[in-house]
Amino acid sequence: MDVRYVAHLARLSLTDEEAGLFQGQLQHVLDYVQELSPLNVADVEPTAHALPLQNVFRADEAAPGLPHEQVMANAPQARNGLFMVPRILE
Amino acid sequence: MAARFPSTIAAWRQALEAKPRHNLPSLLANLASAIDRCNPGLNCYIDWDGGEVQKALGGIDPEPRPGAGPLEGVPIGIKDVLNVKDQPCHCASRILEGYISPYDATVVARLRRAGAIPLGRLNMDEFAMGSTNENSAYGPVRNPWNKDHVAGGSSGGAAAAVAAGVAVAALGTDTGGSIRQPAAFCGCVGLKPSYGRVSRYGLTAFASSLDQVGPVTRTVADAATLLQCIAGRDPLDTTSLDVPVPDYTAALGSELGGLKLGLPAEYFADGVDPEVTRAVRAAIDECRRLGAEIIEVQLPHTRYAVATYYIIATAEASANLARFDGVRYGARVAGQDPLDSYQRTRATYFGPEVKRRIILGTYVLSSGYHDAYYLRAQKVRTLIRQDFERVFDQCDALLTPVAPTTAYRLGERIDDPLQMYLGDIFTVTANLAGICGLSVPCGFSTTGLPIGLQILGPALREATILQIGHAYEQATNWSAQHPPHGREAIQS
Repeated sequence: MDVRYVAHLARLSLTDEEAGLFQGQLQHVLDYVQELSPLNVADVEPTAHALPLQNVFRADEAAPGLPHEQVMANAPQARNGLFMVPRILE
Repeated sequence: MAARFPSTIAAWRQALEAKPRHNLPSLLANLASAIDRCNPGLNCYIDWDGGEVQKALGGIDPEPRPGAGPLEGVPIGIKDVLNVKDQPCHCASRILEGYISPYDATVVARLRRAGAIPLGRLNMDEFAMGSTNENSAYGPVRNPWNKDHVAGGSSGGAAAAVAAGVAVAALGTDTGGSIRQPAAFCGCVGLKPSYGRVSRYGLTAFASSLDQVGPVTRTVADAATLLQCIAGRDPLDTTSLDVPVPDYTAALGSELGGLKLGLPAEYFADGVDPEVTRAVRAAIDECRRLGAEIIEVQLPHTRYAVATYYIIATAEASANLARFDGVRYGARVAGQDPLDSYQRTRATYFGPEVKRRIILGTYVLSSGYHDAYYLRAQKVRTLIRQDFERVFDQCDALLTPVAPTTAYRLGERIDDPLQMYLGDIFTVTANLAGICGLSVPCGFSTTGLPIGLQILGPALREATILQIGHAYEQATNWSAQHPPHGREAIQS
């Protein structure tokens, strides 16, 4: 595993020290999970979810959500009731 | 020696009923001063300043309401991963600095409906990732039996607070053992309900196919009372099951006649601390004496559980934690563009274990590796689930150790994540299979550290494991012990 590349996919920047440390620790974990390799699972269905629940529907009815100003109160940066982010287009 | 302070829901309610008009303010003030005394040493509450008690005192109605709920006037500690309206919810992470919950989690709303007072933010491993509570941005929780040892994790604050008598009861969460293992390490009771039994609305998600909310209490009866209040279908969580909630307290008795209990051979293999095995074996003998029939069973895929769990849990976590990007809430580090800002924010405010798990989870889901890791793990998960289906055809519940050892020394495993993960071998299986599990105190090591008995039951059979735990607890007196760094020892 290339820790820096994967960290980039996960939108994480790493210091050199972190990259070196995680590279070793995670390689150790990946070596361990090789335990699963010898198992023959060709005919086994995967479990995504422990329950046999499928297609849980509800009536499509409008209900009040959280008040807008209460949600915006947690914004790190906001203006005119909108979340502010750095400019994307010049 | 009888406890001087009400340390159970039942005792608190009794103290209130004696003098309802005057007792609640004095009981709460007294509890607050116990927390003031104990918390600097244990660090079980995050940012504790007593202000919440003042606020609670201002808001309470000293007259009991007509038709008072089962938790009327009872303070319940809340793990820092569950939203309580108008309170911080840090998830023990710096990335949620400044965040104030705009709403109540469903479990918290249900506690309030039952009359409870949500009290305090209980410390935990950051985003519930850890088995020692050393991964908290707010410092580790110390074990009330020996402060050189960890409280376990990730619900370490909940377990330490309940064991120390500075929380009457608490809500924790369990993704791979995070309720049961700290309960065992601290000598209290912890219940992981079956997947779908309790709503997760308002719980900050770690691994959505594994997470459950459950009680951490001093007695099994209290765990039954709390589960009764929080269980059941919630329209806001489509994974909560629409099946009736039985009367959990009615099932509690003193005998186990007619029950068949299985001992999975794989949970008694080499590598388990002999003191743990001895205590659990003695508990099994006690259950036999109480009338249960004991049989040997096999769960042959147990050895694959830790690898399976750490692939699935980290994969789900990498997706769930993508929401922490500094845009809508929490801390933000400015950047030249949004991508730069996300990377810097996450790099600055996530702790090392969270970063490791996000990277591992991203890797096992990435193109070219998905089938070899994630899909394979999901298939092995099926084999583990089928193991349990087979043994529950043969018996009503299983008896096992909660963890292979007693509480680690602080710092003992923090540098070796794999060693830390391997300690979760006996608890991750219940989450993978979606079944329920209860941890009850069953003794102490020669060095005075608690040992836990795990009772595993089929999905939605919480009543059975509570019945077994209660009968065992009544026949022994482990739950009546109070630790040297808790309220009974410290408060005058």
